[in-house]
Amino acid sequence: MVRHQSALESSFSDAYAAANAASRWKRYLPERIIKVVLFLCAIVSIFTTIGIVSVLIFEAALFFQEVSIFEFLTSTKWTPLFASKHFGILPLLTGTLLTSIGAMFVALPLGLMSAIYLSEYAPETARQIVKPVLEILAGIPTVVYGYFALLFVTPILRAISDDISVFNGLSASIVMGIMILPMVSSLSEDAMRSVPRSLREGAYALGSTKLEVSTRVVIPAALSGIVAAFILATSRAIGETMIVTIAAGQNPNFTFNPFVPIETMTAYIVQVSLGDTPTGTLEFKTIFAVGLSLFVITLAMNLLSQFIVRRFREVYE
Amino acid sequence: MARNPSIIETKQLNVFYGTTRVISDVDMDVETHRITAIIGPSGSGKSTLLRCFNRMNDLIPSFHMTGSVLFGGQDLYDASVDPTEIRYQIGMVFQRPNPFPKSIFDNVAFGPRVNGFKGDLNGLVEDSIRRAALWDEVKDRLRESALSLSGGQQQRLCIARALAVQPQIILMDEPCSALDPISTQSIEELMRELSNEYSIVIVTHNMQQAARVSDYTAFLNPGEDKISELIEFGETRQIFTNPTDERTEAYITGRFG
Repeated sequence: MVRHQSALESSFSDAYAAANAASRWKRYLPERIIKVVLFLCAIVSIFTTIGIVSVLIFEAALFFQEVSIFEFLTSTKWTPLFASKHFGILPLLTGTLLTSIGAMFVALPLGLMSAIYLSEYAPETARQIVKPVLEILAGIPTVVYGYFALLFVTPILRAISDDISVFNGLSASIVMGIMILPMVSSLSEDAMRSVPRSLREGAYALGSTKLEVSTRVVIPAALSGIVAAFILATSRAIGETMIVTIAAGQNPNFTFNPFVPIETMTAYIVQVSLGDTPTGTLEFKTIFAVGLSLFVITLAMNLLSQFIVRRFREVYE
Repeated sequence: MARNPSIIETKQLNVFYGTTRVISDVDMDVETHRITAIIGPSGSGKSTLLRCFNRMNDLIPSFHMTGSVLFGGQDLYDASVDPTEIRYQIGMVFQRPNPFPKSIFDNVAFGPRVNGFKGDLNGLVEDSIRRAALWDEVKDRLRESALSLSGGQQQRLCIARALAVQPQIILMDEPCSALDPISTQSIEELMRELSNEYSIVIVTHNMQQAARVSDYTAFLNPGEDKISELIEFGETRQIFTNPTDERTEAYITGRFG
């Protein structure tokens, strides 16, 4: 019996060996090819990033040969296109900060509250309707948002107060906040839903209400994900171009007044690249200096978000 | 054994998920200051029955029930009853230790805080942890994360957390199923001790555990129609030595389940 079995086994393994020898190349060649193809796909994005960053740094370096970094970072006037030229990025920076912070004031509370609703309160049927509708907001082209701000929100604001100019930071902030709302709510909701059910049950069993379970257990446990969502949404707002270009104006004002025309870093880059500024001139090089600054800010925000996710990640079990 | 007054009584309790009936016609009494075990094969609705006692099933949208569950004579499912008011009078310990990702102190203080406890919170936390036989192990590290504790310690912390709201009864849903034998032993000893002051209902799939710790045993078993019923309920010694129903005998002697 035993001998019989081993004879059977050896005849099987002979058969396998023969089959292997014949089909080895057939099977393993595609495997090798696909490995190389996938690797090439993966490094495309790396090379693109390296390319963009090196162009930015190279062109910005040429700019800083003519303008001191000190002036660039401290002067409060930005008039590279005028006869009396000043190259202080602060007015553009305040423009960007004003609209981004304003957008976060809209997106944070609304986004967090819709996330709480979707994750903790909404019955399954409501969730299936609200969530896709909210995500449609993310699919609207930003140029549409821009004209929505200029032609719909701004007139309403101006009807409320005469102090508000046609182009202003407030309108752009509000609409930009609505634009990033789905990002905040969707990412926060994902973080909240991944909090284990057992933690919620533990809190309910101690006599907590739904609100207490949400605010004292779910949000603290999901905090790192929520913070990361906020930071990613902020970088999105900082880099957003169309809405602010259309609705916030083209006047680099060193101000935090949301009622007057301003100009953000992104809007300035649009203004120069669409205008008749000749390439190669100092005026043209300014956009690389501004672009590099923008890149540094969003990079810092993304690193901060990664750090926060790692540092404050709550392990559930 | 002298009979104590009942703390929980079910009357003709039927449980449904959607239109499917999962438990039928359960009548049982849980006595104060006793340990009542609910045993039965997997899927026999032990946990579902336990969760009727503190309205945890309300969290499942498709759940509904008929009949009544009386807690100290009051119908838990009466329209005027607020489930959150009920739950803090009834402690619950779950199958897997589920401490909040907070400090040891904050875990135990959670219940008193949400229920608006005004008084000596430090004293209450210490007392609860002592009752859960955990104080000596954690007294120097109350500010550390509860997740730094071992599984058995986490489960005793969850018991301390349940005790901190000063419940009259503690429901335990397979509290030792995720623990090693030594931790299991310490939890069982703790249960015996707690039964002097609290009433305890424990769901367990471990018949030896039910025989070791409980005073009363309820045996749930699904029939041919998959609807579970209470086959037998009585003193643990009688159930394990001299069951009246042949299905109970078959189950406890290991012929199925």
